[in-house]
Amino acid sequence: MGQTLRRAAQWTSAQDGSTGKLEFTAINEELLNMILHFAEEGSSQEESQLVFKKPLTWKTSLTKSDIEGPGYVVSYTSIYSEATSPKGKARLLELKDGVMNILTLGQAHYVLQKAGDKKMVELRASLEGKSNRDPIVNMLGDRFATVEGSDNSIMRFHDEITKEIEALTKQTVNAEEKSKEIEEKRRMLSLRLKLLRLDEQMMSASIIKITNDVRLNPKIVDGEVMVLKKVCGPEKSIFALDDINFYGDNFIYQNGCRAAPWRQLNGDICYLVIKCFDGPTTLNVTANTSGYYLNKGPTNDKNGQLDYDRPDSDTYRDLVSLLKAKSPHFATMITQQEFTVTEHRDKDSGLSVAQHGQDDDGEHTNRSDRQRANHKEQPVKDRSQKTQQKPKEPSLKWKILAVEEDKQERQEHQSKSTMDSIHKQRIKKRQQSVFSSEHRKNKEKTDGEERFSESSTESEEEEEVIERRHEANADLPTEYWQIQKLVKYLKGGNQTATIIALCSLRDFNLNQETCQLAIRDVGGLEVLINLLDTDEVKCKIGALKILKEISRNGQIRRAIADLGGLQTMVKILRDQDKDLKSLAAETIANVAKFRRARRTVRQHGGIKRLVNLLDCVQLNSAVMTPEMEMSVEVARCGALALWSCSKSKKNKEAMRKAGAIPLLAKLLKSEHENMLIPVVGTLQECASEPSYGLAIRTEGMIEDLVKNLKSSNTELQMHCASAIFKCAEEKETRDLVRQYGGLDPLVGLLSSGTNDKQLLAAATGAIWKCSISPENVQRFQELRAIDLLVALLTDQPEEVQVNVVGALGELAKDPPNRQAIRKAGGIPSLVNLLTGTNQALLVNVTMAVGECAEEPDNMAIIDKLDGVRLLWSLLKNHNKDVQASAAWAICPCIENAKDAGEMVRSFVGGLELIVSLLKSDDKEVLAAVCAAIANIAKDEENLAVITDHGVVPMLARLTNTNDDKLRRHLAEAIARCCNWGNNRTAFGKERAVAPLVRYLKSKDENVHRSTARALFQLSKNPENCITMHEAGVVKPLIKMVGSKDEDLQESSAGCIGNIRRLALANEKARYS
Amino acid sequence: MATKHSRQSKEQIIANLSKITKLPKEEVNHLMERFNDLCRKEEGKLNRVEFRDELNRFFNITDDILMDRVFRAFDKKSCGTLRQEDYVIGIAKFLNGTLDDHIQLCFDVYDLNNDGYIVREEMFQLLKSCLVKAPTEEDPDELVKELVEIVMKKLDCDHDGRVSLADFKSAVAEDKLMLEALGKCLPDEKSKLTFHEMIRMFGGGRYTSTGSVSMSDQTRGGNRRNRLA
Repeated sequence: MGQTLRRAAQWTSAQDGSTGKLEFTAINEELLNMILHFAEEGSSQEESQLVFKKPLTWKTSLTKSDIEGPGYVVSYTSIYSEATSPKGKARLLELKDGVMNILTLGQAHYVLQKAGDKKMVELRASLEGKSNRDPIVNMLGDRFATVEGSDNSIMRFHDEITKEIEALTKQTVNAEEKSKEIEEKRRMLSLRLKLLRLDEQMMSASIIKITNDVRLNPKIVDGEVMVLKKVCGPEKSIFALDDINFYGDNFIYQNGCRAAPWRQLNGDICYLVIKCFDGPTTLNVTANTSGYYLNKGPTNDKNGQLDYDRPDSDTYRDLVSLLKAKSPHFATMITQQEFTVTEHRDKDSGLSVAQHGQDDDGEHTNRSDRQRANHKEQPVKDRSQKTQQKPKEPSLKWKILAVEEDKQERQEHQSKSTMDSIHKQRIKKRQQSVFSSEHRKNKEKTDGEERFSESSTESEEEEEVIERRHEANADLPTEYWQIQKLVKYLKGGNQTATIIALCSLRDFNLNQETCQLAIRDVGGLEVLINLLDTDEVKCKIGALKILKEISRNGQIRRAIADLGGLQTMVKILRDQDKDLKSLAAETIANVAKFRRARRTVRQHGGIKRLVNLLDCVQLNSAVMTPEMEMSVEVARCGALALWSCSKSKKNKEAMRKAGAIPLLAKLLKSEHENMLIPVVGTLQECASEPSYGLAIRTEGMIEDLVKNLKSSNTELQMHCASAIFKCAEEKETRDLVRQYGGLDPLVGLLSSGTNDKQLLAAATGAIWKCSISPENVQRFQELRAIDLLVALLTDQPEEVQVNVVGALGELAKDPPNRQAIRKAGGIPSLVNLLTGTNQALLVNVTMAVGECAEEPDNMAIIDKLDGVRLLWSLLKNHNKDVQASAAWAICPCIENAKDAGEMVRSFVGGLELIVSLLKSDDKEVLAAVCAAIANIAKDEENLAVITDHGVVPMLARLTNTNDDKLRRHLAEAIARCCNWGNNRTAFGKERAVAPLVRYLKSKDENVHRSTARALFQLSKNPENCITMHEAGVVKPLIKMVGSKDEDLQESSAGCIGNIRRLALANEKARYS
Repeated sequence: MATKHSRQSKEQIIANLSKITKLPKEEVNHLMERFNDLCRKEEGKLNRVEFRDELNRFFNITDDILMDRVFRAFDKKSCGTLRQEDYVIGIAKFLNGTLDDHIQLCFDVYDLNNDGYIVREEMFQLLKSCLVKAPTEEDPDELVKELVEIVMKKLDCDHDGRVSLADFKSAVAEDKLMLEALGKCLPDEKSKLTFHEMIRMFGGGRYTSTGSVSMSDQTRGGNRRNRLA
């Protein structure tokens, strides 16, 4: 009973806790009934008197009066039995405070009897009781606890008893007592055995219950039909059945059902036509999720329409039992096992349709998918071979279906709306563009890193492609039929015919989607991929040439990956034939445009082999033999494939490990654009990884990148600029770009008036990153980059704008440039961009506006355009970067605006908003807001307002920080806020003083300056002076008096002065 | 004196053949010795059966018609047996022939009646055995005919209903795979390498009547080397 209770019984979810309950299900009901039955009459008189080791305890709903009866004593609070256990003198039954304790089965029996119609409730309660989870332990002791695995406690117990009996026969002392003990143990054993039997009964009962609930699914049906097909044949004497087939056309829906969708709603899976040797010769069977039953078969009026009505109400669990019932011949044959099993073998020719199941690499998902697909196609295939009156075309469909089906099968197992889901189009939202996320990385170093590498490139091609399938053969283009014929030769011809077919296939326009899909739809992809597994070099070349072309189509790519084509192609990469290698690499380059494919390539060691392809000897030698040209071509294709693969982070890592970087550096010296584009493309994909950034610099690739910036090919220029963009995060790289004269062509790209947005985005991005170095800013100034950049502020896509504004922001750090921006008319455009929604753009714009606002003339324009209000409203943005950046930008605005106090007050709710941002948990936001508050507090009225909004306690709360940037601005804000009312006292009360003293230990000079200023302000309050003094402020302050920074000197001295004055006053007071 | 003369002439022959075939003299010598060994029935003349055996064993060319045709293509004098130089020159073309050599060879092989044109009937002859698994409901001859039309479309560049050598050349130039469009009559890379290596390695002195045994050892060794490479 223990095992069943633990496993079969259905407990509610809180099983492990004390509150687990038995669910009200049929199984549980059945089990409880059996236990009840056992408790009421299962045990003999002796066993029922057996005293439990521990009482069964549960919260009962019974009352004293329910239990009352002869032999039971009722006291004020409880009721107990007169009978007690022989040893412990414990009462066999006790009910106290609604808790029931019983010690024998007899008592349990009694309780259940008394409970009357509530006995089920009681039993349930007793099993659910906290301490009775394993009732056997309570009854018989821990040695019989329900355990996993083999349980031989009974055997041991039995041994023990027999030994004791033997011992008893030898000694006569205490024989009586001993025999009693043995007698009890015997009773225990028999009870245990009975319980065990109960357990078994319950277990089998629950299994029967569970099996009743199992429902049919398409897989089971397919399996059964397949098995039965093997016993089908024309000879009555040796076969059990004449024939068994699916009814209707061979269309299999995505969930595996063959029944029409509206029938699937009724649970129908498929229909079978079974020909028996006797009885009703043709049985029309419906396979429903509830079981198999007969239907009335095809109606006469409409061709092919089934009459779904049931002639009788018999439903069978499996097909065999239905057949046994309907066909006596079948029943006898099955029982006698005198039937012949026929094998249906794949009769495909060995050459062209060799099953490539022998891949030795560990294939994962694809392999099993394929096997399942094969499994499914089996019955249909058999049928199409046998019934030849059927036209051939529809049978080709299952190939496509079987492949795609598996993809979604897992998600929607029994999808009712199959038709919808076939046409369903799922387009993933494109994630943020490369360039915007690049910036994010810059700003949020903490979690941005991981997110960046994912979002940068992985996503682009991940969209599910629209599935277009020709449901009817009605309006297929002529190419379809021609391609079908050629594929037929591929399937059924020898090497020569295969080559002819392959060559002719290439005469079709393989760039055209109809042709691409036609090849797939007639089952050509499987054949082509199978060909790759053969030894025929020419066939492989021909097949790859076709695959290379058609894999430009997204659906074909997926199909190739699903069919395991990538694994084979990765293997080919090691072939000696250079033609083969380059074709395979080029095809991989096309296929690996989506994530799963890239992963497959990596998992099968493709990255390493591709990297090996890059290794070609002479690149730019004057005389090229065809041999050398071929090896350069191989390298080019390798680079193409790596370019596709490099869109995944792990692949980048694998490439680096395989030593791709020096090889790429070598190829970068090439003079051919068609080589350079994939190489630079790969580099710029990888450059987002810090390890590559460093390697690109140290391998001397910057020089080549700069050189190729001057190329005439815009795609190449774009990739070069993009690579520089990504690498130029490092100062050394920026310097190198300048030294190699890369800044000029970058600016040149802007002035070339190109309309290529990607090129513009990459070039402006490179300028942005490069302008982080002041020396570069100088050069850009000379090149008058600002004018060009300002011109790009309008009418450009956001990717470009983000970079342009970023560049302007960096350039504006140099004062003359601020003027230049104004003169170029950039300020209005910048302020205009503040109304945008792109967060990366907003971060850059706020920064640029902030930098521009450093100049009073600029500020006047910004003010006029209401730019400060726009900045202020960006504080409400959800993105923390935007918040912080906006808050930083507000600082110079307040500093440089003419009537700043009035302006700030004019923003309704603005001050409240900024104070509330002090609750943020982002350090950058906090620092920026503190800086802004320091500026706001310069105006007395505003200071009064923010004091009312509770700025003091909020600032005080932040003082325990270790972040130097925050410390600096926080101290500044505190210093400013001291100038109102009793804020100094308030800071003291909020315990802001002592932490501030600790700031003096920081290494940052700026922190010292602002802290000293704050301390000076705070020290005007005597209480604070005492706190400071206690915190040991004097010593560091004295050191700071000696600083070279006058500001710091002055505030430190002032603070010491205040402390000293207090001390003097104190002394004076004491002595006068 | 006579032996000296014959040796001299042998050396001349080798030099001559080496010039024609662009194979090193030593390899030519080995080839010649191999020829001698192959001629079991009649010295200095390699008959059809013996040659077919060679093609089958080393060059993986298995089709009867094609083996016959290759024999004829080698047999410059059309005397029904191969002379030593026919053999050496032919095999050399197999091993290091240019694309043009191969085109010529293939064309000769496919041009069954040697009239300088490959016509539909000849194609039909060549292709009729290449459908391994003919679908039952269709006439296999029909299928082959369709295949012939497909090949014709690819090869017949001047659309005159027959394939001339020029047609064939331009078709192959467009797509190298069309070289053996009508059946395999050239050795594949692997067997070429194996055979060439065997010829290169093989010293004349060790060449005995048991040569074929050691040769097959060589072949196997060569194969293994290939596989390792």
